[in-house]
Amino acid sequence: MINWGNLISQMFNGLVLGMLLALISSGLTIIYGTLGVLNLAHGAMFMLGGYAGWLAFSYTHSFIAAVVVGSLFVMIVGIVMERVIIRSFYGRPHEDQILVTFGIGIVFVEAVRFAFGSLSKIVPPPEMLNGIVNLGFMFYPKYRLALLVIVAVALLVLYIVLYRTKLGMIVRAGIEDAGMVDALGINVHKVFMLVFGIGAMAAGFSGIVNAPVVAVSPDVGESILVQTFVVVVIGGVGSFPGAILGGLIAGEIISITSMFNPGYAYVMLFAAMTLVLVLRPYGLLGTAGRD
Amino acid sequence: MLTKRPFVIEALTALGLLAAPFLLPYLGFAPATINRILVWGLFGLGFDILFGYTGLLSFGQSAFFGTGGMVAAYLLTLAGFPHVVTAIVIGMVAAAIIGYLVGLIALRRTGIYFAMITVAISEVFYFVEFNPLSDFTGGENGLPGVPPPSFNLGFMKFDFNTDLSMYFFLAFWYFLGVVLALRIVRSPVGLVLSAIRDNPLRAQAVGHDIQRYKLTAFVIAAAYAGFAGGLLGVMQGFMPPDAFMFDTSGQLVMQTAIGGPGTLFGPLVGALIWLYLQDFLQGVLHLGSTWKLALGIVFVVLVVFLKRGVIGGIVDLVQLARGGKETHEAPESDPNAVAEPEAPAASPGVAVAPRASAATGDKAVIEARQISKRYGGLLANSNIDFLVKEGELRGVIGPNGAGKSTFFKMLTCEVQPTAGQILFNGSDITGQTVTQACQLGLTKSYQINQLFTRLTVRENVVISALAKLRGPFRMNMLRGVDGVPGLSERVDQALALVRLTERADAPVAELAYGEKRRLEIGLALASDPQLLLLDEPLAGMSPSERVETVKLLKSIREGRTMIVIDHDMDAIFELAEKITVLSEGKVLVEGTPEEIKNDPVVQEAYLGGVHE
Repeated sequence: MINWGNLISQMFNGLVLGMLLALISSGLTIIYGTLGVLNLAHGAMFMLGGYAGWLAFSYTHSFIAAVVVGSLFVMIVGIVMERVIIRSFYGRPHEDQILVTFGIGIVFVEAVRFAFGSLSKIVPPPEMLNGIVNLGFMFYPKYRLALLVIVAVALLVLYIVLYRTKLGMIVRAGIEDAGMVDALGINVHKVFMLVFGIGAMAAGFSGIVNAPVVAVSPDVGESILVQTFVVVVIGGVGSFPGAILGGLIAGEIISITSMFNPGYAYVMLFAAMTLVLVLRPYGLLGTAGRD
Repeated sequence: MLTKRPFVIEALTALGLLAAPFLLPYLGFAPATINRILVWGLFGLGFDILFGYTGLLSFGQSAFFGTGGMVAAYLLTLAGFPHVVTAIVIGMVAAAIIGYLVGLIALRRTGIYFAMITVAISEVFYFVEFNPLSDFTGGENGLPGVPPPSFNLGFMKFDFNTDLSMYFFLAFWYFLGVVLALRIVRSPVGLVLSAIRDNPLRAQAVGHDIQRYKLTAFVIAAAYAGFAGGLLGVMQGFMPPDAFMFDTSGQLVMQTAIGGPGTLFGPLVGALIWLYLQDFLQGVLHLGSTWKLALGIVFVVLVVFLKRGVIGGIVDLVQLARGGKETHEAPESDPNAVAEPEAPAASPGVAVAPRASAATGDKAVIEARQISKRYGGLLANSNIDFLVKEGELRGVIGPNGAGKSTFFKMLTCEVQPTAGQILFNGSDITGQTVTQACQLGLTKSYQINQLFTRLTVRENVVISALAKLRGPFRMNMLRGVDGVPGLSERVDQALALVRLTERADAPVAELAYGEKRRLEIGLALASDPQLLLLDEPLAGMSPSERVETVKLLKSIREGRTMIVIDHDMDAIFELAEKITVLSEGKVLVEGTPEEIKNDPVVQEAYLGGVHE
């Protein structure tokens, strides 16, 4: 027997998770689209955002400060990583890029474990968003509802940056043809650095705003990374709308399946990915020729 | 190719395996660690065939490692099956079957997509093991009580219950695994896998069904993983659930990258370094769980600085010590010298398998009927009618952007026409793949070189010839490349034709541009096409190279039908007996060189009109 209240509440959870995955995946996909590098450290960056925010919170007790520090810290980490390591990998095969970002991800995770231990850290939601709210048809945690708005706004900002600014135009042109952008006299390297920073920040921001929902631990990024990959495969690499659509689909599948049996969440997610691969190998909103 | 000398590597491996348990403890290796290195090494043999040889970086190997291990452990514990080796083999078969099914999905995409899909696969298997199948797998507890192997020969009973005896049990399987893997990589299948790694598009175009070869490599890797998983349970007496974890895949990938991919022994060397450091950091330096941080840093540094792992680094060092890199110098010759007419290449007698009918017949070899190609709003080709008869050498010219290359791609089935029909020897080939077209006997040499860059000249030609001799797919992976009948004759002939016999053992990366260009044609020739299409064979050549290549083209037309695109009018006028002029995606005119030269419409198209 399906409990309808429960189902609706899980669908809301799915929406929240879906939006969050959309934001993280957008970061991954604009980095890949522009730079051609698949960042396997993306999950670790999500985790870093949570920890940096937690650290800021424990000193300031301000949630806003936590969000700002978490996002900016990961952006800086991304920029440094691009300048120091990733840059020398543009000319090397995809496999080498995957290996090095995978290794960097492990270093991030283990460094955090070394510094703060394996126990998870809790960042409470801001005072005014504590507790639950009566929506008429159900009770729902206030912060999750707020999270929906926060992430939606972040996605909107990302959309505006990508589609309404000069930088965004260059980035989208770079996704089409980075070589041509370079030839047009635009300093692609500077753009690459910025894109890596913005993509990393999307992960870091997601990491800290999600911290009141799922406590941060060194391993919190791993499952996020896997889910992000499924989102990108479903939506199509290099596609911002695809990341959003894929994120929402993945979020709902995970949440609704978990209601019946959490053990099958990944099985269903994988089944959906398989279905997309069979019917539309390049993803729902992807285009051919992006491998 | 690892070596031409037979069994040297096998013998050295056997010696090394025999000596290791007596030498390694002096270096601080614990006996249990040595055993684990062997399991990882065997696991890695299959992975190296997949990653190092075929170029498919999978993060999903834990799924097969876990599957093989769990099936074997389940049989030996809960199911009460008595025979250890049989159980491991059943586990391996189960892993191979799962690998086949997963491969069907994961191999739908390549590159980063493949990597992402395999990551998802490994995670799914972990959750399936943990939850829905926990009755069989023990869930988070794993399966304890896996018995060690024991053989009862009637008069004598062998029990493998000490570390050393277990070592020899594992070493036996590792050795078998190495022997098998060496045969696979030295077989025609192994060479095709390397071709797929270097240039999948060309491997396809010379007539190999690369999808099935990739699936083969994937299944081989899954089978090795499954067997190694079974050994893990037997070795520890316990099948741990974390065999299924993503970390297991990650560790395998890192060990292989550290040791050196594409060497077969890379994973073993990587495991040796990894597990030794782990023991050392944990046991001697008492770093606790920080060992993984240290190893992560070591890994990143290695990937940044040693592109081919420790083994690759050692090879480079040895070459450095020998006084510079071994280079395959081009034979001394005057670069301006033109091939002597009596050079074997020019003699029609040794042309690759002279074809039955050499005379220009009336039979149409290829015919295009009203073919068009549309890319979105751009009509690249529209309603082209085209017919080439047997033995003809046709030139195709036209200004840049006339649609010549698109037209060629449609003829070779690289792209499908939006409308129209293509007939080859009278039968409809519209909608076939480029692989099928090549198998039927038409192939192309590319405008931009499409070579297998990490292989030698000879290996390049062999790959092309193999497709013709073996068909699009065959699984004879236990025989050597040289055992393929008729191969060496064909390869020698093709090499002689393009005058690269002297350079046969040089890696492609060391060739001069003109030589690469000739090899490009040689690749097309080695599949012995009835119809050979050449897309700008003279592009970028020096004047003397042009003269040589025109000569080469003349010499290979014996018994063959050819279509040549080029911008070099003099060459085309000299070679072709009939020329088709394309302009703005349409056939402008067709005629003899004489007619074309004097046609005002052609002059108009090229020069925007000739006004006197």
